[in-house]
Amino acid sequence: MPVYTLQINGKEYKADVAADTPLLWVLRDSLGLVGTKFGCGIAQCGACTVHLNGNAVKSCVLPVASVKTAAITTIEGLSTLGDHPLQNAWNEVDVPQCGYCQAGQIMTAAALLKKKPHPSEAEIDNAMHGNICRCGAYHRIREAVKLASTKI
Amino acid sequence: MLGFSWFNAEAESPVIIQKIPFAGSMGFNSYLSIASDGTITILSPNPELGQNIMTSFPMIVAEELDADWTKVKVLQAALDTKAFDRQLTGGSGAVPHSWKRLRTAGATARNMLMQAAAAQWNVPVEECSASDSVVTHSKSGKQASYGDLAATAATLPVPKDVKLKDRKDFKIIGQAIKNVANKDIVTGKPIFGLDFYREGMLHAMIQRPASFGTKIKSVDSAAAKAMPGIVDVVVFKNNVAVVGKSTWEVSKARKLLKIEYEKDGDIESTADHNNIFTKLMDSSTPSIKRANGDVATAFSTAAKIVKAEYQCPFLSHAPLEPMNFFAHVRPDGIELVGPTQTPASARSAVAKLLSVPEDKITLEITRLGGGFGRRLKWDYVLEAAELSSLIKAPVKVTWTREDDITGGSYRPAVRYRFEAALDSKGNMVGYKCRGVGINAGNPTREDNFPSGAVDNLLIESLDHKSAITTGAWRAPITNFLGFAEQAFLDEVAQAAGKDPIQFRLELLAKARTNPAGPVKYNIDRMETVIKMAAEKSGWGKKPGVFLGFSVYFSHQSYVAQVCEVILQAGKPVIKKIYAVSDCGQVINLSGARQQVMGGIVDGLGHAMYSKLTFKNGATEQTNFNNYRLIRMKEIPEIETYFVDNGIDPTGLGEPALPPTGGAVANAIFKATGKRLRNQPFMDEEVFKAKA
Repeated sequence: MPVYTLQINGKEYKADVAADTPLLWVLRDSLGLVGTKFGCGIAQCGACTVHLNGNAVKSCVLPVASVKTAAITTIEGLSTLGDHPLQNAWNEVDVPQCGYCQAGQIMTAAALLKKKPHPSEAEIDNAMHGNICRCGAYHRIREAVKLASTKI
Repeated sequence: MLGFSWFNAEAESPVIIQKIPFAGSMGFNSYLSIASDGTITILSPNPELGQNIMTSFPMIVAEELDADWTKVKVLQAALDTKAFDRQLTGGSGAVPHSWKRLRTAGATARNMLMQAAAAQWNVPVEECSASDSVVTHSKSGKQASYGDLAATAATLPVPKDVKLKDRKDFKIIGQAIKNVANKDIVTGKPIFGLDFYREGMLHAMIQRPASFGTKIKSVDSAAAKAMPGIVDVVVFKNNVAVVGKSTWEVSKARKLLKIEYEKDGDIESTADHNNIFTKLMDSSTPSIKRANGDVATAFSTAAKIVKAEYQCPFLSHAPLEPMNFFAHVRPDGIELVGPTQTPASARSAVAKLLSVPEDKITLEITRLGGGFGRRLKWDYVLEAAELSSLIKAPVKVTWTREDDITGGSYRPAVRYRFEAALDSKGNMVGYKCRGVGINAGNPTREDNFPSGAVDNLLIESLDHKSAITTGAWRAPITNFLGFAEQAFLDEVAQAAGKDPIQFRLELLAKARTNPAGPVKYNIDRMETVIKMAAEKSGWGKKPGVFLGFSVYFSHQSYVAQVCEVILQAGKPVIKKIYAVSDCGQVINLSGARQQVMGGIVDGLGHAMYSKLTFKNGATEQTNFNNYRLIRMKEIPEIETYFVDNGIDPTGLGEPALPPTGGAVANAIFKATGKRLRNQPFMDEEVFKAKA
């Protein structure tokens, strides 16, 4: 199998996997980065969201062979001390219920705030439409994104 | 370490099963230990699936302990039936069940710490007080921290019958306390079952029959076995397990399996189910669940009769973390790790299946990425254990989303027929409900309101046995029955010319003064939430605003809701829901609000959008592209209120869900004149394409 060299969270990783392996499974099974979650495998739930050169992408449908030298950021690398404004806001607003979707929610929100530091509620709802929260914590997710946008 | 058991007064060493060492920690009982630096470690025994028991249980202990909450560290306990009772998550029962014992745990340790301080200072313990992890002797001003006292305190005899606080003295209980797991969640720590990895473990996925009512006829696994990374393909029961080195390799190889299935029971479609319902509605041999008075006469002499039928589809639980479990069956014992709502039952089932004594089986409970009742079943635990024993290796079995949605244990499909007889004054003098379900057991709740408030009443049930498997889904049965009952009562109120809230209150008054048979709900608690919901929503005081009302009692708690609907371009839009909950003493105000908001979003989303339909015994829906769940832009505003009556807590994981569909449907009726009878509502005429 080919060995892929990946730039993840500012570090270099190597993975000996098949070319069509989704980045999600490289992260989880090969590299021990399990913050990025598996929810559906067909880019419908958003639990697998990571950043590729700063853009939010669904890693469950991103073959590792297409990543090449792009900079990947996962939830583990969003901040060094877990204190990105979104991570702080998530605690301030007390967002999570089961928590399984939250890494994906935060990554989608982080990419949004990078492009649009002060989004409207409609813009938040649209950007986050691809992220399912089965526990229904949407009100607080939205509130936390708004709160974080005031701190950026 | 010193500790004590709930079941006898003798001190016994608690078994603290954690990977993190308690260096220098003094154990007090199954729930807590205190280190010399003052860190208080509290074990949370029940599986955590988002109901935030992991915060509320420790809050209760810390309250009676008079602990400084900032010094509290919470850890998930592994399965330990000696140390803990009812280590399961379901029925909204954890807090009610453990309320007293958690308080006692905290109060007992506090008592021992005070005794230690008093002995140290040679003063009467009655002159001492404890607060925020410090014991103080007011007369002398002497103080000692729990950390300093722990070593001595832990050696003292364990007192019986300690006094618990008055709720007016609560400092932690009732506050909004942040989820103790927030940091781990937002930094992607490996806390869920799917995140569990063990050096050398294999991965597996299982192909199960797509169609209910079929079994394996033949398996050709040659192509699958030849794929890179594959270790073996194992057939057991109706399972074809592909075992390999990574999840992706296994999932690819799985697609190359050639499996033939043959009929092994009824193979049903949704059209079949509809025909079954129609037939059962006409059956002359129902099971009679409750009969009061004389319905035949009541209906034959009625001034007006109201009749309506309601139907719901099968639903998947679809927790966002798919089913998964790790098992390592070794000659000397079994190690189980994963997300389960019923660890004790799961372990017993594994013990029985593999003929291994339970004391040789450990079960570490990971965090659950949602449960909703799906993980009350241990089918996926048994799969992992059986597979591990067959391949003689540690293995993690992962279900795909397709496996999950097509894999059964569904909320059952049910049809209801309701009938009401009104006298000339608009009083409901007769009430009938027949529920017919598919593997639903008894789909009625015969003692629910308005039973007890109607002189002539008949509740009947019929069940069709199907190969389609069903299970408990958040607020089992009442998750749809709540809508049907409350929508019907709204319709009856309309026929009676009465305000729907007034109609409920009149029925409750009758249940209080002149009940018709047993009344199994608390009339005061129900009246209180109704009146408060009316007040908070501005019921009757908002001309031009379409309001719908609903109230429900489930799992010991009462929730009333009012929904506000507006019309936008001629279509109804659900704008806001007011919810008033009586769950007794609220433990964590933040967590309680989450359960109400989450329960409403859950109820609304499924009422509006979700369904499973069947063709040739298989679901037509397979993943979130065709099995629709509610998303952020579809939620209404929600305002939550809690009744402050100080009674012992009565649970909140489920009760906010059942009233939701009714409040919404009743508001939509006000706005459009159209009654909703079937879920998902998006398939009903009022939501379909309109110019």
